[in-house]
Amino acid sequence: MSVGSIIEQTTRIAIPFLFAASGGALAERAGVVSFALEGYMLTGAFTAVVGTSLTGSPWVGLACGIAGGLLLGSLHALGSIRFRANQIVMGIALNLLAIGSTRLFLKLVFKSSSNSSRVVGFGEGASPSNPLLWMGLAAIPAVAWVIARTPFGLRVRAVGEHPDAAESVGVPVARVRTAAVLASSGLAALGGVYLALDQHQFTDSMTAGRGFTALAAVILGGWRAPWAGLACIVFAAAEALSIQLQGLQVLPSQLLGMLPQLLTILVLLGRIGELVTRSGPPSALGR
Amino acid sequence: MNRARALEAALPPVLAILVSLVVGDLLIIAFGQSPGHVFRLLLEGTWGNPYGLGQVLYKATTLAFTGLSVAIGLRAGLFNIGAEGQLAGGAFGCAIAGLALPIGTPGVVAAPLCIAAAAITGGVIGAIPGALKAVFGAHEVIVTFMLNFVVLAGLNWVVAAKLHDPETLHTPAIHAGALPRLSAIASALHGSAANWCVALAIVTALVLLALIFRARFGFALRATGLSPDAARASGVRVGGLWVVTFVIAGALAGMGGTNFVLGYKGYYEDGLAGGAGFMGIAVALVGRNHPLGVLLAALLFATLSQGGLAIHAVVPKQLVEVLQAVVILTMAATAPEVRRLLERAARPVDRAEGT
Repeated sequence: MSVGSIIEQTTRIAIPFLFAASGGALAERAGVVSFALEGYMLTGAFTAVVGTSLTGSPWVGLACGIAGGLLLGSLHALGSIRFRANQIVMGIALNLLAIGSTRLFLKLVFKSSSNSSRVVGFGEGASPSNPLLWMGLAAIPAVAWVIARTPFGLRVRAVGEHPDAAESVGVPVARVRTAAVLASSGLAALGGVYLALDQHQFTDSMTAGRGFTALAAVILGGWRAPWAGLACIVFAAAEALSIQLQGLQVLPSQLLGMLPQLLTILVLLGRIGELVTRSGPPSALGR
Repeated sequence: MNRARALEAALPPVLAILVSLVVGDLLIIAFGQSPGHVFRLLLEGTWGNPYGLGQVLYKATTLAFTGLSVAIGLRAGLFNIGAEGQLAGGAFGCAIAGLALPIGTPGVVAAPLCIAAAAITGGVIGAIPGALKAVFGAHEVIVTFMLNFVVLAGLNWVVAAKLHDPETLHTPAIHAGALPRLSAIASALHGSAANWCVALAIVTALVLLALIFRARFGFALRATGLSPDAARASGVRVGGLWVVTFVIAGALAGMGGTNFVLGYKGYYEDGLAGGAGFMGIAVALVGRNHPLGVLLAALLFATLSQGGLAIHAVVPKQLVEVLQAVVILTMAATAPEVRRLLERAARPVDRAEGT
């Protein structure tokens, strides 16, 4: 076990988290709850594999992956913003829709209930030739920059904190939120694309809760993208370390698996996150 | 006025079912089958024969408990998305009680003890988000949701590492407390897993009906749900009410575990909740948070999930998973819209003045 291999493995595990958490941070800052990250990832993974297998090009797959995420994201925007549905319920239903429809279309397209056929990818794991690696590493800084430094980011923060005030000075609240939700669904879908192309196939429910871990990272990071990214890396490092230490049985894998969620609850209690990041949830989150 | 309220309650579920029928038709056609044929198979395999009906009742029982759990929370303005963990926890507590009792304990003693154990375990898990909200102001949605992972992973570890039959992921069979199947009195149901927990679910729904709409506690609960500040101003101890409501919600979801442990398998098995806790959200939503509505909605979702098996030879059973999601999405999106439209229709004068 070398330091180099742990860093490589951490990176590999962290990329999907980073994509999803950057999307989650953006949508939540605009005041829209991001329970559907898991669904975006899963849909993105599936449509990417379909696109790649039809054309043989991972770039087409990447585009299809984003499109799949956007499809689910536009449903979320339509329901949560246009029809003002309960955003948590929408998120949970979209996750169910993603699980159900990927299974159904897996049957229809690949005639299998467990996995797709093999597809080409961008190269092995965390290899520097994989464009998704660099996009994943750039996702958090990019979202942080957009939120903090651009006019759009200012509007995102405004509609997330005080939609009425934003409305009164002419910010199109619904449009800004829709843009944030769509961007978040595309970003999270890329996390799924990375996973699927890394494993060269789609397998049933392959995202395995990573979207929820990313959501935990967003909350843990006090809804601030840089801190959320840090949380993602910590979760990934813990997972990488546990894989390396498998033989030693320091801690049962189940107990390590619940770490992100347990930490999230504890941090909410102590308000530790809010002290470290000096920030809390956006005031209008969920409304 | 009452007609308007009935319309407001009934319209979204009806719309949701219609939309899901249309989506279902399109998907069935995509698989090259005839929608009429597939839906006929679905009905024949569920309500069309005694075995199918028994299975629908069995599946509806668990969903009724988790649906009631979510519904009572929502009545108090609390969103319990932790029913999945509470259900698994309740089932585990129930199995532990059944294992702890000596072999040969009479059913009249053992079954109530096991049911109580399920309720208590679920209630304890439910108390956590309630207390954290009351004391620290921690948002119950995040806590209940995250707690699911903690509870499920914890149970998985206990069963895998400490307490399982060799070569399996379930506990040893309970010594006492098993409930008879309904086929004992209606032999046509033979082979289906429907058991006396169906009756338990119905009685529980009726008790909740009285609690929510006839008892003082229920009045305080609904007042808190409408406006915690107003309830507090009129003397309701809101923090305490949150905790009690969450204990009840957890206990209800936990009692759902008895259906599997006491009525069907006779042991706790890893993964037995299988999404029934999350589906409870859908059941409460479609049932409009009314105990009797929840029972009906539980039947609807159970019919879909059992119907999936009936159509599997022609169209993959995952079709119904998609349809269930479509029902929830349409419900969630249309309910607020229907309410606005009806309010607008009821006050044409205000509307004209306002614009």
